[in-house]
Amino acid sequence: MLDDFVNQFLPSTVGGLVIGSIYALIALGYTMVYGVLRLINFAHSEIFMIGTFASLVTLLAIAPTAPFTGFALVGVLLLLMLVSALVSGASAVALEAVAYRPLRKRGATRLAALISAIGASLFLQELFGLVVIEWLIDKPGRNQASAPRFVARDTLFEIGNASVRLDQVIVVVAAILVMVGLDRVVNKTRIGRGIRATAQDPEAAVLMGVSIDNIVRVTFLLGGAMAGVAGSLYIMEIENTGYLIGFVLGIKAFTAAVLGGIGNLRGALMGGIVLGLIENWGAIFLGSEWKDVIAFTVLVVVLMFRPTGILGESLQKARA
Amino acid sequence: MLAAATSLVLAACAGGGGGGTGGGDVTTVKIGFMGDLTGENSAIVIPPYNGAKMAIDEYNATNPKVKIQLEKYDSQGKPEQATSLIAKAITSDKIVALIGPAFSGESKAIGGTLDESKIPSISPSATNPGLAKNGWKYWHRVVANDDDQGPRVAEFLLTAKAPKKAFVLSDDQEYSVGIAEAVTKTFKDKGVEVETDKFAKDASDYSSTVTKVKSANPDVIFFGGYYAQGGRLLKQLRDNDVKTTFASGDGSLDAQLVTGAGAAAAENAVLACPCNIPSADVTGTLKTFFDNYKKSAGADPAIYSTEGYDAATAYIKAIQAGKTTSEDINNFLSTVNFEGASKPIKFKSNGEPENASIFVYQVKGGVLKLLGPSATAKLEG
Amino acid sequence: MKGDGVTREESPTKRGGFAAVGHGIDRMRDWWENAKVWQRYLIYIALVVGALILPAPAIGTFMSPGSDWTTVLVYPIGTYILLAVGLNVVVGQAGLLDLGFVAFFAIGGYSVAYYGTQFGWNYWATVAFGIILAAVSGVILGAPTLRLRGDYLAIVTLGFGEIVRITANNTDEIGGARGIPGIPHPPPIFGTKFLIDPAPYYYLIVAAIVLVIIFSVRLQKSRVGRAWAAIREDEDAAELMGVPTFKFKLLAFAIGAMIGGLAGGIYAGKAVFIDPNTFPFILSATILAAVVLGGSGNLPGVILGAFLIGWLPERFRDFADYRILIFGGVLVLMMALRPEGLLPSRRRKAELHEGTGGMGTMGAEVPGPDTDVSTTEAAK
Repeated sequence: MLDDFVNQFLPSTVGGLVIGSIYALIALGYTMVYGVLRLINFAHSEIFMIGTFASLVTLLAIAPTAPFTGFALVGVLLLLMLVSALVSGASAVALEAVAYRPLRKRGATRLAALISAIGASLFLQELFGLVVIEWLIDKPGRNQASAPRFVARDTLFEIGNASVRLDQVIVVVAAILVMVGLDRVVNKTRIGRGIRATAQDPEAAVLMGVSIDNIVRVTFLLGGAMAGVAGSLYIMEIENTGYLIGFVLGIKAFTAAVLGGIGNLRGALMGGIVLGLIENWGAIFLGSEWKDVIAFTVLVVVLMFRPTGILGESLQKARA
Repeated sequence: MLAAATSLVLAACAGGGGGGTGGGDVTTVKIGFMGDLTGENSAIVIPPYNGAKMAIDEYNATNPKVKIQLEKYDSQGKPEQATSLIAKAITSDKIVALIGPAFSGESKAIGGTLDESKIPSISPSATNPGLAKNGWKYWHRVVANDDDQGPRVAEFLLTAKAPKKAFVLSDDQEYSVGIAEAVTKTFKDKGVEVETDKFAKDASDYSSTVTKVKSANPDVIFFGGYYAQGGRLLKQLRDNDVKTTFASGDGSLDAQLVTGAGAAAAENAVLACPCNIPSADVTGTLKTFFDNYKKSAGADPAIYSTEGYDAATAYIKAIQAGKTTSEDINNFLSTVNFEGASKPIKFKSNGEPENASIFVYQVKGGVLKLLGPSATAKLEG
Repeated sequence: MKGDGVTREESPTKRGGFAAVGHGIDRMRDWWENAKVWQRYLIYIALVVGALILPAPAIGTFMSPGSDWTTVLVYPIGTYILLAVGLNVVVGQAGLLDLGFVAFFAIGGYSVAYYGTQFGWNYWATVAFGIILAAVSGVILGAPTLRLRGDYLAIVTLGFGEIVRITANNTDEIGGARGIPGIPHPPPIFGTKFLIDPAPYYYLIVAAIVLVIIFSVRLQKSRVGRAWAAIREDEDAAELMGVPTFKFKLLAFAIGAMIGGLAGGIYAGKAVFIDPNTFPFILSATILAAVVLGGSGNLPGVILGAFLIGWLPERFRDFADYRILIFGGVLVLMMALRPEGLLPSRRRKAELHEGTGGMGTMGAEVPGPDTDVSTTEAAK
């Protein structure tokens, strides 16, 4: 047992950081929407799924014959992230307009909004499974769609017995850079101030001249864009997607958001990484089939001792 | 020809319908086909359906006295749906026999119902070993089960690779766990050290599993599961410099394994299957099957298409022998003995096929290649 | 459906068809409020008789042309109704958001399957034991988590549902991924044998639904029901008024769980075979959708919601592939048009208009012409 742990600890840590970064990026969308609307945006996992397809289609159009290097690699990466961020962001805004705004205008309960979200989630999944996949990608079959390789799996360096590959470094670094960018947008810009104000007290924000509808739209756009970036990194790393891919990752990301303190941007990052690591470490002892049980158990235990997550909730407080 | 057509019209006019006797001398019996025809795993079920349909179309084209009508029941592989569909099939459609259910879960759910209603069934593809142990008198299948497949593939790997240490992986689905355990047991019985790991079927990042395999450094890897997970797993193993021989069972025997893993990573992967899939270069009677199938289905024969054909043929033989009621057909099945497209077809008293051959395939140049029955096949490279 | 008749009688008002249905329902309800006892009992009897003749083949050919109607009435429809009534106790009455209700259904089902096949217990003993087990696990889940606020509770219950399913899937002792086949049928009642014919199961499930409804109504009118209403409307105020909120929340969880366990027991006795895939998260979501679609907190609404959600996909089997797509779209549409559900509870409606409905409204609520909802939740 202990031998296993010693042998597998470092490689597991690397794997945990990579998947944790993707959880964190998706978690941002949950956390921002929750901060502003107090709504679990259940369909956010499908926004991520759409992001993976946006990158996949772009990549199929580029049709790389060999992995890229140097500037070409950076260029392709940026392009994929941009396309996915735009497509996912736009989808999130459309989702808000169709599935949430009408409810908001009628003063519906958050429970009704949750059902609407679940409905939208099913709708988007099936839409992709039945229509979009065949239309976008000339390949029948609902199961999976594979992406060509464009980042080489070269080992960059070794830490102990763990080798760290180029693609893994890209995932973690890109995720952190994007999150730092988002943090600055929320903290330093006018629109960010609007988001924080709305999260804190929507009525007061309205009185201060903030357009709530615009703020909600921007929140969905930013959260969706983050999921899009996660989608492009996922396509690079896993090289495979499907119309059902969102569900499990979405639940994990939401768990990560709650774990870190929902409504809190830095909490999402922290929650994602912690979740990725704990899952992988736990799997060393219990076997990989228990990963999800480990994740949820950790969540319950953390909430028992810190009822609002590790870093506490709310978009505005952690800004200070 | 004209006379026959007229009598058919007469029969139709008389409104004979399902199972009843028509006005002319032609009667029709209904045989059901149940399986996942539109769901996630339909790629495994449509080929046997095409095979069965081809057999029945060929038979009906000979203008027999008793025609066969094939009724589709799309269970999407779900036990709950199978339950309500079979009730309709028996009570209102009045089928006399069933081809299927395609999967083991749905077979477990409705096997008892079929037995209580005395409707014979022949599954072309359900490989769970437990199915034969329920004492069902009306249940049959034309494929070897996982308890045959697991040990055969393990023995094959022992001969080919003489491993000291094996790593057996699976996802957490019923089929996957079953075959992985059968393989594990055979390896252990033969003195091979075995380590195992399992992951959720919906997971996509297998880093912890790969880490375990890498730290164990085995001589051979067996994966129990379907191609979607198999492809991703194989890719992630190879990306992490695990170059060990990778073997899997019938669930992974699909071109999508190669697509999912990438042609380079999938090269030389070994796959076992109780199914016999004829490829374009076959000769003899299988060649006829290949050509006819391609004509009628519009595609090359795929997994379990010969088995679907054989299951339908067994019923056709019964009906040709004048057995048109469920019980007569079932009694006839216990004596049936013919050279099927996949293998010689003869049932044991528990419904299992007498001939439990396992065939071995290998990925060569990105294509699945049949090496032959597991007892005689030789790995290439 | 009754609703159709109502729509036709009402002339469409300027607020559209849905509002018309709403008015019709309001009128019916006024009548009901003032109805004499014998009138009410007449309706009850009519409903029960209706339920008993429902499996008639004449009805079945229209209701479910693609599969056996009586089987469909047992599962999904009857089972969904039973589950929805149970979930309604938690969500509709006590105002607690539970996204893992399927866990209790699974526990009831596994109890019947495991103790019936491994130890040969009597069917009814296994059902009773399943109900107890479900209640206990409801308490075990609730004790550490019910102090959490609504949304945290949602994710924790979701996690609990997944933990139960995954644990069942990875524990060989209870069949693991292979599931448990050969579950014994219920023993005969009054000479009626439970075999493959779905009819006896249908009557069994109707009996269970009637019992559970009576239980649920009695509960709602009791001290417990009033305490739940108080918690739902304003937990802090309830606590201040001396309502032991935690205890009552725990009780709601346990009672909901018991009904879920009962549904699982009946399902397993009919199904003969269960495996962990019988209990996916989507089933929790579906039942929750049934409760909300029908009108959370209002039993007739909840039953109607569960009936529709169980029945429509079967009725439209012809659309095969597109069923789930349509289902998702309909959920979104319904929530946009009638967020309070098809047959909302009046009390809940009033609560919502005060802006204090248990689940609260979305945060960035903008007072508009249609709403007078304040943003109490966000201000917390």
